[in-house]
Amino acid sequence: MSLNHFLLLSAMLFTIGIVGIFLNRRNMIIILMSIELILLAVNINFVAFSHYLGDVSGQIFTFFVLTVAAAEAAIGLAILVAFFRNRATIDVEEIDTLKG
Amino acid sequence: MVADLVFYIFSAITVAAAIGVIASRNQVHSVLFLILAFFNVAGLFVLLEAEFLAAILVIVYMGAVAVLFLFVVMMLNVDFEELRKGAVEHLPMGLFIGALILVEFGFILSGIHVEGHAHQAANISNTQLIGQVLFTKFLLPFEVASLILLVALIGAVVLTYRRRKDVKRQDISAQIARRREDAVELVKVASGQGAKP
Repeated sequence: MSLNHFLLLSAMLFTIGIVGIFLNRRNMIIILMSIELILLAVNINFVAFSHYLGDVSGQIFTFFVLTVAAAEAAIGLAILVAFFRNRATIDVEEIDTLKG
Repeated sequence: MVADLVFYIFSAITVAAAIGVIASRNQVHSVLFLILAFFNVAGLFVLLEAEFLAAILVIVYMGAVAVLFLFVVMMLNVDFEELRKGAVEHLPMGLFIGALILVEFGFILSGIHVEGHAHQAANISNTQLIGQVLFTKFLLPFEVASLILLVALIGAVVLTYRRRKDVKRQDISAQIARRREDAVELVKVASGQGAKP
């Protein structure tokens, strides 16, 4: 179990997240979940480097990534709910009319 | 080695759960797979001696963010089958770009060599270590993070708040602003005449 094992795992998670965005291009909820997966992959990288280099700063950065990801999920879902209330759809291809 | 075995089990479940997130037909299953992936990554964090972050991941992510997703998925009445149409024609493009990214990651990984690992100070816990660094060296980013959370809190409320016109509600400031002169009038009524409006 070396650093590269963790980096490979996080690369796989990141790739799955990217493929998820392509695969579910129209469903905004799945896109938000794919972004969460990508951020999780980044966090694994940070923590693995922090462990193997013996520097705690990586874990601190993960802390901040978690904070921003939580805020992003809350705001994204709030926008989604507001949009669904107005248009009764969450299809990304419909979200192109930015009129008041 | 037991640690190796634990690593392989946790990472295999993580990858399988991540595939489940993007591929499952039912949205609720997607969210549950997301929770499974978070839980296994928390296990990996314990393996990496980052116990505090593992706990934070379980509490904040599985307890709050994933449940938020679950609420939204269950609240919105969306035809998800309709949204999945055309997914298959995007699949080759997605797999191509995914493979490209993975190969590029492979190139980068082949150049990284970190031998062994540096141990943290043995007599201090992970949480204490994070606290010591977070509240001294990273104090300003910590405060900014709390500000971001405040903005997200207010933003989410403002975005989803809906003022309903068809519901009667108490107007407290109007009630407090009421004065005696506006409400009651003292009228002298002559006997036998009755009060005139």
